[in-house]
Amino acid sequence: MRRRLPFLLALLTMVPGALALAGEPIKIGEINSYSRVPQFLDPYKKGWEMAVDEINAAGGVLGRKLVVISRDDGGKPDVAERHATELVQNEKVSLLAGTFLSHIGLAVSSFAKRNKVLFVAAEPLSDAITWSKGHRYTFRLRPNTYEQCVMLAREAAKLPAKRWATIAPNYEYGQSAVRAFKEALSKLRPDVEWVEEQWPALFKLDAGSTVQALARARPDAIFNVTFGSDLAKFVREGTTRGLFRNRAVVSLLTGEPEYLDPLKDEAPEGWIVTGYPWYAIQDPAHKKFVADYEKRYNDYPRVGSLVGYLTFKAIAAAIAKAGSTDTEALVDAMEGLEFDSPVGRIKFRKIDHQSTLGAWVGKIKYDPKLGRGIMVDWKYVDGSEVLPGPEWVAKVRPKD
Amino acid sequence: MEFYLVQALNGLASASSLFLVASGLSIIFGVTRIVNFAHGSFYMLGAYIAYTLVQALPTGAVGYWLAVLGAAVAVGLIGAAVELLLLRRIYRAPELFQLLATFGLVLVVADLVLLIWGPEDLLGPRAPGLRGSVMILGEPFPTYELFMIALGPLVLAGLWVLFHRTRWGTLVRAATEDREMVGALGVNEAWLFTSVFVLGSFLAGLGGAVQLPREAVNHTMDLHIIAEVFVVVVVGGMGSILGAFLAAVLISELNAFGILIFPEITLVLVFLIMAAVLIFRPWGLLGRPEGPPRTPAGEFEPPLRLLGRGFLYFCLAVLASAAVLPHLLPTYYIRIACEVLISALFATSLGFMMTVGGMASFGHAAYFGLGAYGAALAVTYAQVGTGLGLLAALGLGLAGAVLFGYFCVRLSGVYSAMLTLAFAQIVYAVLFQWYGITGGDNGLLGIWPSDWVSSPLAYYYLTLTVVAVSLFLLRRLAFAPFGYSLRAGRDSALRSEAIGIHVRRVRWVGFVIAGFFAAAAGGLFAFLKGSVFPDYSSIPVSVDSLVMVLLGGVQTLSGPIVGAGVYKVLEVFVNRYTEHWQLILGCVLVGLVILFPQGLLGYLVGRFGRSGEEWRGVDGAPAGGRAS
Repeated sequence: MRRRLPFLLALLTMVPGALALAGEPIKIGEINSYSRVPQFLDPYKKGWEMAVDEINAAGGVLGRKLVVISRDDGGKPDVAERHATELVQNEKVSLLAGTFLSHIGLAVSSFAKRNKVLFVAAEPLSDAITWSKGHRYTFRLRPNTYEQCVMLAREAAKLPAKRWATIAPNYEYGQSAVRAFKEALSKLRPDVEWVEEQWPALFKLDAGSTVQALARARPDAIFNVTFGSDLAKFVREGTTRGLFRNRAVVSLLTGEPEYLDPLKDEAPEGWIVTGYPWYAIQDPAHKKFVADYEKRYNDYPRVGSLVGYLTFKAIAAAIAKAGSTDTEALVDAMEGLEFDSPVGRIKFRKIDHQSTLGAWVGKIKYDPKLGRGIMVDWKYVDGSEVLPGPEWVAKVRPKD
Repeated sequence: MEFYLVQALNGLASASSLFLVASGLSIIFGVTRIVNFAHGSFYMLGAYIAYTLVQALPTGAVGYWLAVLGAAVAVGLIGAAVELLLLRRIYRAPELFQLLATFGLVLVVADLVLLIWGPEDLLGPRAPGLRGSVMILGEPFPTYELFMIALGPLVLAGLWVLFHRTRWGTLVRAATEDREMVGALGVNEAWLFTSVFVLGSFLAGLGGAVQLPREAVNHTMDLHIIAEVFVVVVVGGMGSILGAFLAAVLISELNAFGILIFPEITLVLVFLIMAAVLIFRPWGLLGRPEGPPRTPAGEFEPPLRLLGRGFLYFCLAVLASAAVLPHLLPTYYIRIACEVLISALFATSLGFMMTVGGMASFGHAAYFGLGAYGAALAVTYAQVGTGLGLLAALGLGLAGAVLFGYFCVRLSGVYSAMLTLAFAQIVYAVLFQWYGITGGDNGLLGIWPSDWVSSPLAYYYLTLTVVAVSLFLLRRLAFAPFGYSLRAGRDSALRSEAIGIHVRRVRWVGFVIAGFFAAAAGGLFAFLKGSVFPDYSSIPVSVDSLVMVLLGGVQTLSGPIVGAGVYKVLEVFVNRYTEHWQLILGCVLVGLVILFPQGLLGYLVGRFGRSGEEWRGVDGAPAGGRAS
């Protein structure tokens, strides 16, 4: 063993040299809560892996290949910070990307600000990332909570319902969703009343009591923010107890395959939702995306797949536009960056670093052939239609 | 009026499902005194196995109920395997050590479940024959919930018959009361323990299996139920089945009605109830006061000894290398070293409380979190620098420890530990929900160190200084007259009182000291990470601190330092290379538990302390030095 050591060391020192010969790759650090929320991040990872392979197959960016170094933070913000340090200091990555949970997105964003590293937040929804805690080095791809709530409020305003109840998980995401929805709907329909709200602890919904409490208020309509295992409990219990009978339900994210498909034949028909009807989007670029994805993984894409894919396409476009991997040049390139994607042209707004990727709004219908719910009567709402203008952003976003 | 009756029924249905799981935990604890963290994992396995069996067996009522029963039996068998292969080897280890083994199991099961069943939530079928609802007082009520309402009391009755009408039950009750005496009377304890463990696991599996129609089976079920069932068991009185039932009903009903008045209460309600119950009834609703602890015949813990010059030189050598080391390492490793140092201080503060004071805590993260927030709040609202920020950390931690300690030292053993958990969860909920001040779950960002310590190297030296001074002080305290009083109170409260020691006050001071140094660790951590989150006072952080103490060895003062070093380094490096770090970390923990049932340092002391000269001078080793 001891004799082999010098040899191994010699081998190790040769590795960087060998890489340099092959045209130094561009390293991208990626951090996400893979072991904490694998149900949402598995498809996400598949999405970005496909994007990176596509980019590299086409010769990479600036003649260099992309290499992604991915780390699992286990759902802990302090671990995410540790990975960020390691990726930047040790691996010398050119930029950071990823995160799903909002507080982890904010932790990495805070790190990026202090260390002046570009951070492209992929999935976290919190409005704070690009607004109240926004800064020069962080960009975000996915439409935030506010945007999706405004899209839903516009649909909700068309309903006759006047008495509204809300149910949302008891944490920042749930709270800001309810606030944004209330604000938007009350503005469009000053006559609505808010008669009940329930705040179950995340993934600990006591379904029977909560459903009963909602029913007691006799609302005309319900705004739901629960998701994942809470959603399944809520739908099942609510259906059995007749909570949804003759009541409109407007529900955030429920049309996303990650949340809708596990409900199988109990998909709640008629709910107005935001989601991702990948099966029905006819745009050829998107059809190609779906076909490639299915061929590669023998599975259909989820919204996470799309987000992962687009995040790395956006990064590649930014590097190409910047012409280098220098952080300041990359940030300048990201501001106002436009790129073509399977879902149309997407732009990162200069004023708040939010992308204009939108969401699909439609109704849930059960499809007996597939054995699961699908979205019907849907339309794509581009982010630019719901994002607030520069005056508003200037009020909430700190100056760089 | 009708509405309230129906809401009460809803509460009863939830109570049944809590009770099923809690009863198993209570039985296991009553007899074996194992704090079984893996009980939630058994519950989750029950649900997953039931899901698979339902798919495999023919549809229809017979197949469905066979699947439910089969899942419970399967989990019972898994319980048997765990008891025979793992826990049986470590019954003689120091108190709470088995907790480390069960924590390792939690990690292993969590990852195995993902590997076997995949990450997606699995929504099982509804129970045949119990799909719909019936009208009760004008409200539709699911028939399955009626079944659940009946199931709880049925299981309770079944257990009563088992415990009061069979010989085995009599033995179990006897063992709950006085397990040494049962052993002395010639009962085969080993098999009694195994059978009890099997029954407990069976009930957990059943609890999981009957959840199938109520919720989607998912890989977080274990952690979402474990804290709550512990609360039920403790509120009811550990080892009391009827108590567990009453506690489950109390908690579920208060929840069902609480959300009508104050919907945001969901986060903290159960822990408020536990704190209230324990303050007024220190042994839970139906629990009985424990007699004075007895040391098994022929075994006694070696007393702590002041260590000699050899140990001093050893410490100085470690300190000197710690001072030189960062000059040889890249920045990233300097920051890892900071994390290890902070963990060492955090774990040692808990170790001080456990080793010297004989008080366990399941909620030590409260003071770590308060320290972190003390610093962060001072920086955010008063724009102070790092020095004052750290002082604020100490202040807030101290205040919390003084307040909570006052109540916790009135209780003993696991009850006291559970009260610390309740307070930690209350701290967590306040940090989590007070958006205006604490930033809620999005935390406070931008808590970076002042310019004079902003470089990683400077911050490392600050950390090293604070940690070294704190560790020295903790050690010094253990051998000060105060430390001797604390140890006297730990070994025999009665005799200490008799010689004029105010045991409760001494323990209170000991508790406050532990909280104070945990807050120091929290403050350092806030500036290291640059942001604080309620997560810092959450249960997993408390568990981490316990794991580090137990891993190092609870009978030594320096054990937690070793434990923190090993655990943190393992976590950092395993996590970096694989997504399956839980599986690997869990297996390593289980392996270490079997190999070193006295903890790592405890093992070294036991192995080398007696024979070799080289380890003379480590804690607990005989005659390392002179008495001051």
